[in-house]
Amino acid sequence: MEADHVDRLRHEGRIVIVGASLAGLRAAETLRAEGFTGSLTMIGDEPYEPYDRPPLSKAVLLGKASPHHTELPHRREIDATWRLGVAATGLDLTAKRVRLADGDEVEYDRVLIATGVRARPWPKEAEAGLDGVFVLRTRDDATALYQRLKSGPRRVFVIGAGFAGSEIASACREMGIAVTVAERAGAPLVGALGGTIGAVAAELQLENGVDLRTRVTVTELEGDSVGRVRAVHLSDESVIEADVVVVSLGSLYNTEWLNGSGLGAGPRGVACDAGCRAFDFRGIVTDDVFVAGDVARSPHPLFGYQFLALEHWGNAVAQAETAAHNMISAGAERRPHMWMPAFWSSQFGVNIKSVGVPPMGDQLMVTQGSLAERRFIAVYGHRGRMVAAVSFDNTRWLEFYQRQIERGAPFPVEFPTMDRRPEGRKPVAADFPDPSLPTHGPTVTLSGFSPTDRQLVFTPAHH
Amino acid sequence: MTQASLMRQITDFANRANPYPLYEELRKTPVLHEEEDGPYVFSSYWDIEALLHDPRVSSDAANLTAAGADELSKPEETGLPPSFIRLDPPEHDRLRRITNSAFGPPHKPRRIDSMRGELADIVTGLIDGFGDARQIDLVDQFAYPFPVTVICRLLGVPREDEPKFRGWVDPVVASLDPDTRRDADAEFRKTAQEARMQLGMYLSSLVEQRTKEPQDDMLSDLVSSHGPDGAMTMMEVLSTSLLLLIAGHETTVNLITNGMLTLLRYPDILARLRDDPGLSANIVEELLRFEPPVQIVPQRSTIADIEVRGVTIPKGSRIWLVLGAGNRDPERFSDPERFDPDRGDIQHLGFGSGVHSCFGAPLARLETQIALTELARRLDGPRLVEDPPPYRQNAVLRGPRHLNIAFDALR
Ligand SMILES: Cc1cc2nc3c(=O)[nH]c(=O)nc-3n(C[C@H](O)[C@H](O)[C@H](O)COP(=O)(O)OP(=O)(O)OC[C@H]3O[C@@H](n4cnc5c(N)ncnc54)[C@H](O)[C@@H]3O)c2cc1C
Repeated sequence: MEADHVDRLRHEGRIVIVGASLAGLRAAETLRAEGFTGSLTMIGDEPYEPYDRPPLSKAVLLGKASPHHTELPHRREIDATWRLGVAATGLDLTAKRVRLADGDEVEYDRVLIATGVRARPWPKEAEAGLDGVFVLRTRDDATALYQRLKSGPRRVFVIGAGFAGSEIASACREMGIAVTVAERAGAPLVGALGGTIGAVAAELQLENGVDLRTRVTVTELEGDSVGRVRAVHLSDESVIEADVVVVSLGSLYNTEWLNGSGLGAGPRGVACDAGCRAFDFRGIVTDDVFVAGDVARSPHPLFGYQFLALEHWGNAVAQAETAAHNMISAGAERRPHMWMPAFWSSQFGVNIKSVGVPPMGDQLMVTQGSLAERRFIAVYGHRGRMVAAVSFDNTRWLEFYQRQIERGAPFPVEFPTMDRRPEGRKPVAADFPDPSLPTHGPTVTLSGFSPTDRQLVFTPAHH
Repeated sequence: MTQASLMRQITDFANRANPYPLYEELRKTPVLHEEEDGPYVFSSYWDIEALLHDPRVSSDAANLTAAGADELSKPEETGLPPSFIRLDPPEHDRLRRITNSAFGPPHKPRRIDSMRGELADIVTGLIDGFGDARQIDLVDQFAYPFPVTVICRLLGVPREDEPKFRGWVDPVVASLDPDTRRDADAEFRKTAQEARMQLGMYLSSLVEQRTKEPQDDMLSDLVSSHGPDGAMTMMEVLSTSLLLLIAGHETTVNLITNGMLTLLRYPDILARLRDDPGLSANIVEELLRFEPPVQIVPQRSTIADIEVRGVTIPKGSRIWLVLGAGNRDPERFSDPERFDPDRGDIQHLGFGSGVHSCFGAPLARLETQIALTELARRLDGPRLVEDPPPYRQNAVLRGPRHLNIAFDALR
């Protein structure tokens, strides 16, 4: 029965992918690679073919890559109907239709939600609308910001020192532009890597001439008479003149279009099971709605089955592949998405890479190299287990630590390693901020973990 | 008569032409420990991969000596400090970084790619040099002179001195072979020792000259480096250039020769390459899987107890990684015994992996791609005169000693 159904789906089914970016494209390719011959529709609100985002805050800002040449390479023909430049505005689970902004509706047998996240805008609308205020998420954002940087601003002000903010600051310095970075926490990258590693990132910024202001918030963006931004006011009452402001305060999930659909979707993304099937709001798993990429939130067995939302390039690819496979497979052939979280960044000439879930760690040990040299590997521990590792300019060892995390290796790390310095012989606090306080750009969101994460009121069902 | 141990059979010259059936045997015992103070031998792709990234596995000759060195793993006696291939971080990293700043990105991003034209010219010159002959020895007439010429140019060795190198490098490389070492007589040892000395003296005179008058070559960059890592000492420059010289060409000779041998055994792929030079990148990657020049990494030891597949390798053990076996591991590759440049994900251990992964990989790739493409294009009706060809002694750096190829015409 089920086999027949799946067979028909594979050959004549209609699959709709909403979100035509990294996860969407890789899912489409996987569907075709695994023999899906039905109709495929790609819906994307951006007017472009899928492109790659990581270069936008790196090579593109430096003028080393054109924002128009960051198209994602296609792995194979996908033979899809493209609906680009039109947003999905609704999902009807009963009639199995996706509603589009232009009034059209597209029917599906299976739908994949891959709408990702968008940049969190500056909350005060009038200030956000000043000329010279930017965010950086899309190709258009990058083009606009690059143009402005090229015209030689006197000072760039970056709000938020997560990965994206730090990369932007790095690009500015490389171009010789004065830059100020403001961060609510005590150091850059604190949300993603904790205060101990954040301190290393802070030094890196200071040494590269960034005017880094920590433990401050921006209170106001001040414009001039013709509506251009001219200064930034901080909570410590300082005022800094700047003609470009980049708001880099993390992201918001693109889930509004799912409001009222009955899916378990909201401001924390779309919850799904390990097989990428979306949950409805009652916690019941759907069978024809799948999720992948930045917008998805799924339980991970290695990390206590907490729901992880990962804004990681590699996760988008792996999850898309799994989702696509499961979309056209019968129950027993489905695979779980059990990707080892991994994230990279490059800033101020340093390659940073992490595996596992650093924000879960409460302690840290430097197992190779040294923090002082900014060339090291540090391991994060939680309840006697290794849960993550981060490397600064030391990527090649990371695979080893990944395997240790996979097998739940004990923490603190007892065994000797080459290049272990005295500072690495004992664990220290990883120093993550209180999870109930907002931080910027953690790139991993843990839920079912944060004490503030009780949003539902429990009402027992009546029969 | 007792059955020789598997590793003895593998290093035995009699099995040089085709060690692959022995490797298959080897993979049946993924963690092999045949003799009480012998090495632990690994042959599965995933295990080798993991060990190459394991910070509890050392390449440092000092640890190795503690682990009880054997013929294969003994460091060369050059009288120089160990080259970075035999060091662990942080010393390894420092020397490799300085060397890299003279060789590749980010400091010299185009040094290799800008050699493309020069490489093609050298190749054309060598092929033209076949003249009217309708049979050649690919090793002597092509695969050897090519990378030697390239590495000499890269370092800044004057052309007229290039032939001298051959005379010195040959015995030095031969002395790395385990069988040769085991059976080496006094005479052989003396020749190798002598060659090493000559090479060292020659290089130090070059280094001295470059210190005074820097030019646009790697030796000059090595002596004048003053990045955050500081400068190399004179001795470090010498051992690094010796390393580049030996590792930088001996492997490429074998890669090119193994490549042509394989293509002649798979004529349909050779024909495709003739029509489509774009195939060369995939061919070279698949070659690095199928017939890697470096078959065994014997110079590693453990600095802690390590568990692999339930077996504890005690701290202080010697380990051998048989790359040639891992590359044909059916746990990792489907249809591993087939040469197939069209396979979906061509991965291999041909360049090793981890911090010691082959430093010269970009150059070796480019050299081999150009060489095979040009040979395919210009040799009309090429065929093997002898299959298998005669092999070199060396089980670690494995490749044919000669490769006689007949052809109908030169295009
Ligand atoms: C500047 C920048 C730098 C980054 N650097 C790194 C890095 O160094 N390393 C790393 O691991 N990751 C990095 N990332 C993260 C990585 O790019 C993301 O994880 C990845 O893009 C996620 O892919 P996705 O397809 O899930 O989502 P997205 O790429 O966000 O794609 C979602 C798409 O859906 C569209 N969409 C949204 N709503 C709708 C709708 N209603 N209808 C139709 N279409 C819709 C969006 O416009 C977008 O095109 C970076 C991201 C950015 C922005």
